[in-house]
Amino acid sequence: MITVEEIKAAIEAALPGAGVEIVFNPSVSGQHSLLVTPSDAVEVAKFLRDELSLDYLSNATGVDWPDKEISEKVKTAKQVTKTVDGAAQTVEEMVEETRKRVVPGCIEAVYHLFSVSKSFGPVVLRMRTVNRTDQVELPSLTPIWRAAEFQEREIFDLFGIVFKGHPDLRRLLMWDEFKDHPMRRDYVEPDDFEYEPTAHDEVLSRALAHGGEQTGAGQEGRG
Amino acid sequence: MTTIPRVADFASSKGKPDGWNRPQVVEPDGEGELLEVAMGPHHPSTHGVFRMDVALDGERVIRLKPVFGYLHRNHEKIAEGISYLGSMPFTDRLDYICPLTNNWAYALAVEKLTGQAVPERAEYLRVILGELTRVQNHASSIGFLIQEMGASGTPLMYAFREREKILDLFESLTGARMMVNYMRFGGCRVDATEGWLAATRKVVAGLPAFTEEIERLLCSNEILMARTQGVGILPPDLAVNAGVTGPMLRASGVNYDLRKVDGYGIYNRFNFRVPLGDHWDVYDRFMVRLLEMRESIKILEQALKDVPGGPVMDPKAKIRGFRPKAGEAYGRIEAPKGELGFYLISDGGPNPYRYRVRPPSLINLTVLEDMAIGQNLADVVLIFGSVDIVLGEVDR
Repeated sequence: MITVEEIKAAIEAALPGAGVEIVFNPSVSGQHSLLVTPSDAVEVAKFLRDELSLDYLSNATGVDWPDKEISEKVKTAKQVTKTVDGAAQTVEEMVEETRKRVVPGCIEAVYHLFSVSKSFGPVVLRMRTVNRTDQVELPSLTPIWRAAEFQEREIFDLFGIVFKGHPDLRRLLMWDEFKDHPMRRDYVEPDDFEYEPTAHDEVLSRALAHGGEQTGAGQEGRG
Repeated sequence: MTTIPRVADFASSKGKPDGWNRPQVVEPDGEGELLEVAMGPHHPSTHGVFRMDVALDGERVIRLKPVFGYLHRNHEKIAEGISYLGSMPFTDRLDYICPLTNNWAYALAVEKLTGQAVPERAEYLRVILGELTRVQNHASSIGFLIQEMGASGTPLMYAFREREKILDLFESLTGARMMVNYMRFGGCRVDATEGWLAATRKVVAGLPAFTEEIERLLCSNEILMARTQGVGILPPDLAVNAGVTGPMLRASGVNYDLRKVDGYGIYNRFNFRVPLGDHWDVYDRFMVRLLEMRESIKILEQALKDVPGGPVMDPKAKIRGFRPKAGEAYGRIEAPKGELGFYLISDGGPNPYRYRVRPPSLINLTVLEDMAIGQNLADVVLIFGSVDIVLGEVDR
């Protein structure tokens, strides 16, 4: 068994300058993880696979961490003008203020690695996007572990992380024309549950474009 | 005689060129255009609603793209909106052929998250039910494979006859044949009576005759050998790299069984062997499943010999107001189809913050294209059948 501290030390010895941090897991499971800077991720992954024999990527998934608004009470010194004994004086006073600050969120890709040849694991690898809106790109680990191919497609589909270097990045479970990412925490379900694009729509519109009498029973279109 | 290579010989991808793990590119040699066929979503061989977009040069497969999502209901999103226990009945619906192992994997992940202990008797019941599940899954999987080869009916019915006996046991213990909802965090829902254990011993005593019968019926069948041997070869280095698990991985000669590797539950108390293939083809996958049934029967005989008394539920287990401390855990078991894992993140609330199923059926399909390229279309049906998937788990 190899600990995350040892893995971190091994990575830093082999790839100086690679950004690796340990994310502590307070649960009794004791599965701590390694947070890797996205730009170094492919190099780190290659090192883990080839040198530390983590040859088997079991699970790859996304986690959505929305923007958090934190309100905290801050004590600040403030100049306050007061009337003391009939004369105006400027006094410094401690005032408690409630400030709100927004901690920017991110989407995380989590990979669980095991070693088949040496039988140990899991080693948990994490990568974080810059934010949740426009900078959602991460490097794909599919060239390193083929097991990530469908799972990264699923993360792209359900969370909206764009994996650079993925050989075939398409939606996996939702249909291609679907716009949103359902596994995000702020996803709102559409009102029209009934509506699903079907081949019938397309055929019907083509038939209507040809003209002719298309107003029989059942041809009124969707309600 | 071929010798099975050790895992370390091929698991390292050091020194291999970039892109070695991609499907090979086959050039069409015939004249004219490629024929593009959508097999599915309602094709008799696809075990449900699944589509393969195949490009054919005559009979030969040039390209194959699986298309998923016809049965997608976003199980993970639903689970994030309900309590931990609320997802337990829903796990039955993932791989509906083996609901008990799904229950077990989920219970194991939550027990890892909370550090919950499981009483001895419950562990024994879990092993007995898990191995019964494996036997009936492999039996029906073999039955379906032979069915797809054109032997309509007989072998499948032989397999289903045995499966019914096992499902009857599930029904008398849990109240349902398939949607069992049986395991809990820290044990099992109801205790097994002496009568149930006696009935199980009786069914298990009849199982060796069934495997004998299937072996005599199929193993040296000329048509089966002609159709499956040398078809759909999956090399072990690709299998490991592509995350293939379960009987498929072991048929590629990789000795990796989580019952041995992790020794979860009480599996390290039992004596059983791990069957491996050495030709890596469809026949090996069929054979590994057959041999695994025999090993499961061995485990069942050992487990049923000494089921200890005591409670089936940890009396200290918290049921109401179940809120695990913040943190995360990944728990996995050797389900009949491969490694079934659950990844849970708790934020201290009553619902999981993140709930993820690692579906063996979906990930085993990663290599479907690699195995099918260059083969005949009729063999693709067999290769697909030998992967052994259930669409409820693929699409979730």
